[in-house]
Amino acid sequence: MTHTGLNAAALAVALALVSSFVSLFTVWSPRLLRVAAMPLFGLAGLAALAAGLVALAQADVATAELPLGLPWLPWRVRLDALSGFFLCVIGVVSAAVGLYGPGYVRGFESGRDSLPALGGFTGLFLASMLMVTLADDAFFFMVSWEMMSLSSYFLVAFHHDIAANRRAAFMYLLMAHIGGMAILLGFGVLASFGDGLAFDAMRGAEPPFGWASAAFALSFIGFGMKAGLVPLHAWLPEAHPAAPSHISALMSGVMLKVAVYGFIRFFFDLIGQFHWQWGVAVLAVGGVSALAGVLYALMQHDLKRLLAYSSVENIGVIFIALGLAILFLSAGHATLGTVAFAAALYHALNHALFKGLLFFGAGAILHSAHESNLDQMGGLLRRMPWTGYFSLVGCLSISALPPFNGFVSEWLLFQSALQVWRLDSGVLRTLIPISAAALALTGALAAACFVKVYGVAFLGQARSRHVRRARPVPYSMRAGQGMLAVLCLALGVFPATFLGLINAVPQQILGRGLNQTLAGGWLWLTPVRPDVASYSAPLVALTLIMLAGLAVWLLGRRSVFRTRRCDAWDCGFAPPTPRMQYTATAFAQPIRRVFGLLFHIEESVENQDDGKPRHRLDISDRTWGLLYLPVARVVEGAARRISYLQSGNVRVYLGWTLVTLLALLWIVS
Amino acid sequence: MNLTALTLALLQLSLYVALAPLLAGWVRKVKARLQNRRGASVLQPYRDIYKLLVKETLVAHTASPLFRAAPYVVFSATWLATSAVPLVSTGLPAAMIADVIVVAGLLALARFFLTLAGMDVGTAFGGMGASREMFISALAEPAMLMAVFTLAMTAHSTNMASVVEYQLAEGTILRPSFLFALSGLILVAIAETGRIPVDNPATHLELTMIHEAMILEYSGRHLALMEWAAQLKLMLYGALIANVFLPWGIAQGSGAGELASGLAAAVVKLGLLGAALAASETALAKMRLFRIPDFLNLALLLALLGLLSYVILEVGA
Repeated sequence: MTHTGLNAAALAVALALVSSFVSLFTVWSPRLLRVAAMPLFGLAGLAALAAGLVALAQADVATAELPLGLPWLPWRVRLDALSGFFLCVIGVVSAAVGLYGPGYVRGFESGRDSLPALGGFTGLFLASMLMVTLADDAFFFMVSWEMMSLSSYFLVAFHHDIAANRRAAFMYLLMAHIGGMAILLGFGVLASFGDGLAFDAMRGAEPPFGWASAAFALSFIGFGMKAGLVPLHAWLPEAHPAAPSHISALMSGVMLKVAVYGFIRFFFDLIGQFHWQWGVAVLAVGGVSALAGVLYALMQHDLKRLLAYSSVENIGVIFIALGLAILFLSAGHATLGTVAFAAALYHALNHALFKGLLFFGAGAILHSAHESNLDQMGGLLRRMPWTGYFSLVGCLSISALPPFNGFVSEWLLFQSALQVWRLDSGVLRTLIPISAAALALTGALAAACFVKVYGVAFLGQARSRHVRRARPVPYSMRAGQGMLAVLCLALGVFPATFLGLINAVPQQILGRGLNQTLAGGWLWLTPVRPDVASYSAPLVALTLIMLAGLAVWLLGRRSVFRTRRCDAWDCGFAPPTPRMQYTATAFAQPIRRVFGLLFHIEESVENQDDGKPRHRLDISDRTWGLLYLPVARVVEGAARRISYLQSGNVRVYLGWTLVTLLALLWIVS
Repeated sequence: MNLTALTLALLQLSLYVALAPLLAGWVRKVKARLQNRRGASVLQPYRDIYKLLVKETLVAHTASPLFRAAPYVVFSATWLATSAVPLVSTGLPAAMIADVIVVAGLLALARFFLTLAGMDVGTAFGGMGASREMFISALAEPAMLMAVFTLAMTAHSTNMASVVEYQLAEGTILRPSFLFALSGLILVAIAETGRIPVDNPATHLELTMIHEAMILEYSGRHLALMEWAAQLKLMLYGALIANVFLPWGIAQGSGAGELASGLAAAVVKLGLLGAALAASETALAKMRLFRIPDFLNLALLLALLGLLSYVILEVGA
């Protein structure tokens, strides 16, 4: 291994493993987690970021063989631009976690929680995610993939004294394994055509349409389950909030991206064929996920659960972009396909940044106010101003508002969707505008959702006593948030610069870069042609600041215009109390009423023993009743039937064994 | 970017900010006349803004710094959005910097801060206004984007100046997609600018307020900026409808004569639109809050129909 990037990647994996190993000693010294394991974790993130940047900058392919694996099947690693890009995504969030973590895990030091498990599995989790992106054969890929699932399972089950968390973790484990099986079968299809488990062999395979479709469907199910696409998302809003907040940031921000990486690697790189039917499937599932995700997010009042549902939405947006890319590529419009593909990548990076930032914010609130229920929060901007301002950046970014980063990916996505008139098929020309409408609706609802989050949590007055006493969090936690907030703004204001960096990915995977989009230099984005559409984020940001500055300068500085503090308007009655404020549930009520059919709502007013009526509102996911419960019932029924075999008599068991052996012999012969 | 272009951009920015109160005053005046009142002078909004600017500004004890920053953000984002919608001339460099999706994004940015400011003081009214505003905009924004996408696809550009130029070059063709998009956009404009039947800008009745509920705590120069931003938004939507769908009279060069006639055309068109708005506000009653989704779904449906009738019927033709 002489390649700089590969060396850095190896260093990153090694550092993550060392961080994991060091954590074992926290049995003796709890401080070790804070002073050694988390910094090592952050360094591993930085090393991964460096490896990714090298791979993107050099735009070459480096491979190596590891002295591990089976004798006839050595593990192979490969660092190309796509791996490099996702190494950057993993690395940047992990580095921020390394900054944020020491402050956050301090709260666990005095508790009864097992610190070796926390630090050990966190390091292992990072190492396995890095290995997934580096793997160059299906064997190594699956081993790393399963390691990733298992280590994150233990992190989800970290607070295992709460029954709901144990249930969430089991659910996660179950679905991760069903997904893993689908991926394995998908690799199996490709391996049988490509004659070998190495990715190079699979790349050369030319499976016929039917088999390729089977491989596509299996990988879509497998990776889609991990990424949390509707209707396979049910584990996600349960599992992500259950983990400690810096792990939630890693799971939502990064692990879902590893699933996206898997899908891109499997589909765009290994299968390498594009058919419009697949594009339609990806587009439709992405659109449904985006809309359902944001609507369910709006209905949540637990902050971390809300953020988890919003991850479903953003993954949906990424898959809308991938679906568009497949459709345009299948129709031969390579430039447009590349724009959509780049939009998917950019949104993956953006989502990692702002979702990490928002989970850090939720963690900070949990850390200092011990509260995750929005309906108990309020006024936190004045209690913890830094967390408040950084979270504002996160909310603005995720709501796709200019000049922040979420807007750029959405803009690119709209631009590619608007070129739909170039397609010949009338069906597709109808379908893509509908998906664009779904995307527009998603964006608007996401803005409503994050106005709710910010307005209820950080503005207004505290709705409970412990929130009123919240203290600012330690500097290290603020630094982790600040790093991501600055990056959110930077990626929003200088999109051309950053898109130039990831340009190597479409060049290697699709054989075509974003030359047209970036033709205008760092100031401009011009996806198709300058006269068709252009956006200059630096100038928009600059003008915005200038206009606001002008208004402040004209109005704010003269002494005649002093402001006076007074009480809020109370209509001449009693002064308003915090309980009179709109809560998160109240805020979403009009939307709940309009989209009521999509939710399973149970609302009732019960009379309590003391005579006071109590309002109860339960909103649950409709997919449970529509998909999961029937499946569970069928499985249970089948299990009951099979249990007839289990008579408890050893002679009957021997008989079954004999019959099985005979049947197998018959098949073999 | 040469000097003429820069001058044009600045001219357009100052025209918007200078004329927006006039449009609001004109609508109020026409409405008063239609209701058999004499009404205040059309210049009244200028006097209101001046009065608010010199008055003392009150800020509630419970307000956070965001409350004081919000008016500036709302005003500048709305103002910047106007720079990309052609008013008197299509030679508009700002339309390159910000296309119509960015305009929608900037309006959303303004709305984001407006609603946050509403929730900041912690009174019931602010939360109510914010909740309703986001509810309406969640349905209105996609409809607006679909309507302008119809135009953008027809003209093969999301640059508003190019769309207007395309319209001028094509001449008057009655396209079904445009009719759908236009009707959708009009409905959206009514909802987004808070006019009857969606919201009533003149009300302070607790249960029906939307926009007014959010800015209830504002006073002095903060209120002036918020009001001015709302007037700018009204004018922006007016210009969008008037110049993009009915582009006649708009200047294509930068000569003084051309610009003057462009300005005259814009004033006439906006005046007519304002009068139509006043007439419809006189004729219609405000809707119940939960009837508004029907109204906006109609807008979304019309806009989507426009888009579909373009991609199905008109692409090849």
